[in-house]
Amino acid sequence: MKITGAQALIRSLCDHGTEIVFGIPGGVMIPIYDALYDCKTLRHMLMRHEQGAAHAAEGYARASGKVGVCFATSGPGATNLVTGIANAYMDSIPMVAITGQVRTTALGKDAFQEADITGITMPITKHNYLLKSADDIPRVIAEAFHIASTGRPGPVLVDIPMDVSLSQTDYHPVKKVEMRSYKPTTEGHALQIRKAAKAISLAERPILYVGGGVISSNASAELVELSEKTNIPVTTTLLGKGAIPETHPNSLGMLGMHGTAYANYAVAHCDLLIAIGARFDDRVTGKIDTFATKAKVIHIDIDPAEIGKTVAVDIPIVGDCKRVLSELLKVVEPRKATKWNAQIAQWKDEYPLHYPDDGNLYPQYIIEQIWEATDGQAICVTDVGQHQMWAAQFYKCLYPRQFITSGGLGTMGYGLPAAIGAQVAQPEKIVFQIAGDGSIQMTIQELAPAVAHRLPIKIAIMNNQYLGMVRQWQELFWNRRYCNVDLTAQPDFVKLAEAYGAVGMRVEKPEEVRKAIEKSLQVTDRPTLIDFRIAREENVFPMIPAGQSIEEMMVRRPKTCSEEKAA
Amino acid sequence: MLGRKSGIEITIGVNKDMAKNTQQHTITALVENRPGVLARVAGLFARRGFNIESLAVSITDDVTVSRMTIVVSGDAAVLEQITKQLNKLIDVIKVIDYTGMPVVERELAMIKVNAEPKNRAEIMQLVDIFRAKIIDISERSFTIEVTGSVDKVNALESLLEPYGIQELVRTGKIAMARGSSS
Repeated sequence: MKITGAQALIRSLCDHGTEIVFGIPGGVMIPIYDALYDCKTLRHMLMRHEQGAAHAAEGYARASGKVGVCFATSGPGATNLVTGIANAYMDSIPMVAITGQVRTTALGKDAFQEADITGITMPITKHNYLLKSADDIPRVIAEAFHIASTGRPGPVLVDIPMDVSLSQTDYHPVKKVEMRSYKPTTEGHALQIRKAAKAISLAERPILYVGGGVISSNASAELVELSEKTNIPVTTTLLGKGAIPETHPNSLGMLGMHGTAYANYAVAHCDLLIAIGARFDDRVTGKIDTFATKAKVIHIDIDPAEIGKTVAVDIPIVGDCKRVLSELLKVVEPRKATKWNAQIAQWKDEYPLHYPDDGNLYPQYIIEQIWEATDGQAICVTDVGQHQMWAAQFYKCLYPRQFITSGGLGTMGYGLPAAIGAQVAQPEKIVFQIAGDGSIQMTIQELAPAVAHRLPIKIAIMNNQYLGMVRQWQELFWNRRYCNVDLTAQPDFVKLAEAYGAVGMRVEKPEEVRKAIEKSLQVTDRPTLIDFRIAREENVFPMIPAGQSIEEMMVRRPKTCSEEKAA
Repeated sequence: MLGRKSGIEITIGVNKDMAKNTQQHTITALVENRPGVLARVAGLFARRGFNIESLAVSITDDVTVSRMTIVVSGDAAVLEQITKQLNKLIDVIKVIDYTGMPVVERELAMIKVNAEPKNRAEIMQLVDIFRAKIIDISERSFTIEVTGSVDKVNALESLLEPYGIQELVRTGKIAMARGSSS
């Protein structure tokens, strides 16, 4: 029986286990939305901006481990997806984006709402397709899901001209994908794994440096086992948070620019750096010539292009983190805790994360209270900026996929739509978004679908009425010349939440924090937004200035001139 | 290495030149014969500020597969990264960097050169020495076809320059590993 290309698309998505699509229709997407109208199994959430659709699909993918799917129409719909696609590409998140396109006969003729989206997204997708025939739909969708979810995951875009959606085709489901040019290496080389085990047994000061690859390959259990068997401390990247419970004695929290001082000291002094599913980002390494200079490097990654990209590697192992770690566990010798572990424990004691206790409302305190009130079980979604770093420091993740944030691209506005995606993926869990007042205004319109779908997400705005991270840099490195960072002209967020049909609250004093959080937890049928008016000029410390070495790390706020005179 | 010996010369795929880490590389990629592949490949070079010096693309014995031969100069570490990224492209089946490998390489050029009656004999002699061919002739010009290494084509070009080159087209280098390895 013949069906339309649009119907073939919807069937293909269902065949690959898609439960929900985030999107917005438009002229050339009407045939596809018409096919969706008849589909009982595939849900759709109508977002208010396509960037929100892409971020929601990504939040869904991160929270569930499945492929996130989003729809957008041609032209502006497709270009609005671009930030979300780039974000998924930088953070290696599996996503399939379907865009409508003008008819094949109009391609390249500057038709109404035409944009060359396959050309535009070439450098920010793992792969993309421009469909020419409805007969290709089942194969291309099967390949798109396969490419997005295997190897190093990433976004795949499929552009479908309207006449392809409308034309008739025989539907033959494609389950198995065979591509001669795409065969990721998943098994680590046995000899290299034995070499790594030997290096571990010889090392005096080893450190595990763990990134998002451990989360995406579901290798958290193997990582914890390795750390416990060998007594090697673990530091994670922003995307690696939750790979080991951050309450575990071997956890050092996050490393890098705003990482813990003890994690950074450990990396600076280690003689063996075991990098797993991490890519030596500049926010992790700082000045590359001064990063872990005493260390031999083992690098485990599924992407061969990451090996040796920024640092020289002594023992490269290309493979899936989970498989490599389980093989490594078979051959690695147990190690006892040594002087090195004692040294790290001492650094932990000497340089704990801290914040002032002077009666002002501090964001770190709020984040700790959110963690306590939810027994550390809530999924934490962030935007980008100071609040994101405070969350990374003070929200102790207990399990993988608990911390959902925009890492590589650093996309302000990521939080709210990603929280929506996470809540859809994990309806039983509490989803707490930690937001900034700058970030949330970039995608605030997504409160509408959150209210429409009665999602009980909690939004905690760390409101300092500044673009806080830029202000911090201007304060520390640009002689306090605060240029265009003041956000005092802003809406009343409580009223704004209420206008959308959500619950709004405002907190100005530390003693009101816990009560407000508890109250938000009582709301189960709509979003709750809490506007926390925090100390305006609180900074994120520790901080290693961009491109500098650990020697330049500011563990605490530098003293002002008057403080130094007084001392 | 010019003239009669040109048929048996051995060319190694790297010429060290200019800045210390900068080398000329000859990279071969077997790719799916599909629209957009060239743009994907070119994009990897462009975003790192690399200029492609020559590029030859055509189908192979398998019509679904195209072979690209890319000549590019640049920092070795960056080129290694580009080669790895090339391998990651879904449409790329195989990449070989001929750097340091014994290869045979050839380029074809057509050169339209002024050929006044008084110069004709001299030009024909050059054509003969280079084992080139005159493939078109008019009252005032020859069109010469020459095949060989890049150096050989360069040499003939510079020898013909004094007569006045009207037009020149080169295919870009193609290369193959020597012996039975591929």
